[in-house]
Amino acid sequence: MMSRGLVKKIGVAGALALALGAGAAAADDIAIGVNMPLTGAFAASGTFVADGARIAADEINARGGVLGKKLRLVIEDNKSNPTEAAAVAEKLIVRDKVPVMLGAWGSSLTLAVMPKLMQYKVPMLVETSSSSKITLQGNPYVFRISAPSSLEAENLAKVLDKFNIKKADFLVINNDWGRGSATDFSAMLKKHGVEVGLVEIMDQSAQDMSAQLSKIKASDSDTLFITAAVEQLTLVLKQVEALGLKRQIITTGGSQNPDQLIAQAGKATEGTMHMVFFAPWQPEKSAYPAKSEAFIAAWSKKGFDAAGLTESYRGYDGINVIAAAIEKAGVAEPEAIRKALWEIKAEGLNGPIAFQKAGPEGRESGQSVPATYIGKVVNGKVEVLQ
Amino acid sequence: MNVDQLLQHLANTLIMGGTYALLGIGLTLIFGIMRVVNFTHGELYAFGAYGLYFVSVVLGMNFYVSILFAIAGGMVLGALIELVLLRPKRGADIDTTMLLMIGAWIVLQNTEHLAWGSIAKSIPSPFPTEPLVIGPISLSWLRIFVFGVAILLIIATYFLINRTRLGNAMRATFQDTDTAALMGVNIRAIYTMTFALGSGLAAAAGALLGPVFVVTPTMGDLASLKAFAIVILGGLGNITGATIGGFILAFVEEIGAGYISSGYRDAMGFLIIIVVLLFRPTGIFARVERIG
Repeated sequence: MMSRGLVKKIGVAGALALALGAGAAAADDIAIGVNMPLTGAFAASGTFVADGARIAADEINARGGVLGKKLRLVIEDNKSNPTEAAAVAEKLIVRDKVPVMLGAWGSSLTLAVMPKLMQYKVPMLVETSSSSKITLQGNPYVFRISAPSSLEAENLAKVLDKFNIKKADFLVINNDWGRGSATDFSAMLKKHGVEVGLVEIMDQSAQDMSAQLSKIKASDSDTLFITAAVEQLTLVLKQVEALGLKRQIITTGGSQNPDQLIAQAGKATEGTMHMVFFAPWQPEKSAYPAKSEAFIAAWSKKGFDAAGLTESYRGYDGINVIAAAIEKAGVAEPEAIRKALWEIKAEGLNGPIAFQKAGPEGRESGQSVPATYIGKVVNGKVEVLQ
Repeated sequence: MNVDQLLQHLANTLIMGGTYALLGIGLTLIFGIMRVVNFTHGELYAFGAYGLYFVSVVLGMNFYVSILFAIAGGMVLGALIELVLLRPKRGADIDTTMLLMIGAWIVLQNTEHLAWGSIAKSIPSPFPTEPLVIGPISLSWLRIFVFGVAILLIIATYFLINRTRLGNAMRATFQDTDTAALMGVNIRAIYTMTFALGSGLAAAAGALLGPVFVVTPTMGDLASLKAFAIVILGGLGNITGATIGGFILAFVEEIGAGYISSGYRDAMGFLIIIVVLLFRPTGIFARVERIG
């Protein structure tokens, strides 16, 4: 039998070896920060994006990683709150020493993080936010793969005749995303001779929109544009039905998860149209069908909800672009990755990804031009119109 | 002014006002009788909603029976909070219990996060989604049901407080704790029952609104803020005040959003509170309080 002292020594040695081993592993991988709303008003969407990011990282690691090292995602919850989003960015940069980040879902969340990027000179890939402001601030650490709402509006303009809109009202979430969408879509509609009526606002945590919808019900418009994430949109559509409000409904922003809407709001979704950036209902028509089909298969293999695909593809594309940039940079360091991002030509699930300069000269942000689709709910199924 | 729109706004006010009143009564009762600022009120509201989700969706029981279970669950949780946290601290100053309740609020909310995840749950109801249309007004059947039950619960609470022996003991405790104790009122039991009753009302509001909205772990925050707004409007500890306060808050939110600006909808109630606190700090319906 071993003496107590010996057992202790072996224990200490073992612990030391483990600690050293862990240290070696940490130096052997590349950390990527992911700043997402996993709780609060945007929990569903943020969780889907994070899950998509995990799938991308797992695939890359299975292929041997990047620069011979494994990718390690450090996923932090920004609680759907801009103050928390900035704090999370600071924590990821200072404590986890990540050389690059993915985030932060919402426009107001991303805008809150942006000063931190300037302060610490760390690039961030913006995967969801659509406020046009983001790439116009003169922040050279911002690279966006999602569509700004101005681009969404332009894409809708191309097929505007189909909808036969005479006068439109808006119901938008009260943040940079919603207010920005209302501005960009109104400008586009006015340019095409469509009258813009009411612009109604709802707080991001509001659950009862009856007052706004009652006001809209009294207007003489034929179309209602709604900008909100899936949870709130579910409630809006149910309340539209309850109030007997008859309008052509078009939602914007790409965070509607139409299948989830159909599951939770049922008949209230019939006939509604949703602008999304990935159309999992027809992967064969996407820019790279094999990639889309592989991602959809990987998603369902993990047992995730298929309704999340219109959101989760963002995390997947985001991590793939970041990995390509690290590979190109040759080192996992912020400035090298920032420079490499400008050279990236990647095959994204919603089309080719390459960054164009946007914003004030000399301090440009990167903006890729993604595809947009319009899905219409017909007999409880999504049909892709465009 | 568009009359149809106004009528729809008034109908919405009535429907929301019922549940707001329910929320306010639960909170004001606890403060009035126990002098405890109950920060867990919003969490009991969320607990009621998750309770309904658990019993009706996970266990698959009848919707109406599930509501009863959710309310009973809220009362049990309320009684537990009183027994475990408040009873040992009775007689402590108001700041101590306030901190204690803030702690309980955070623990309860995070437990909900852990237990249910952060993604919203939706509870199906047995009501048709086609609304009831009366002239220019459309109302969903579910909301009419919610309003009816809320009014029933409010009347039952009034009856309990004003017409029963237990209510008599509660009112005696409210007026003067020491004298009530000397007259043979079991103060400890009254406290536990008051907290359970107030919690049950919060859980009822949550169970009623859960199917109308969606259920999330943070749903209690806004409900809690509104409950405090209602209680301040009506005067702390004043049940009639809380009932009327609930309807006033619903009215101000609805009309404010309809005719002033929807961006400030949830701020309207708080604007009113600032005005009330400036000009009538004891609440609109405050009566003269007897200091025992």
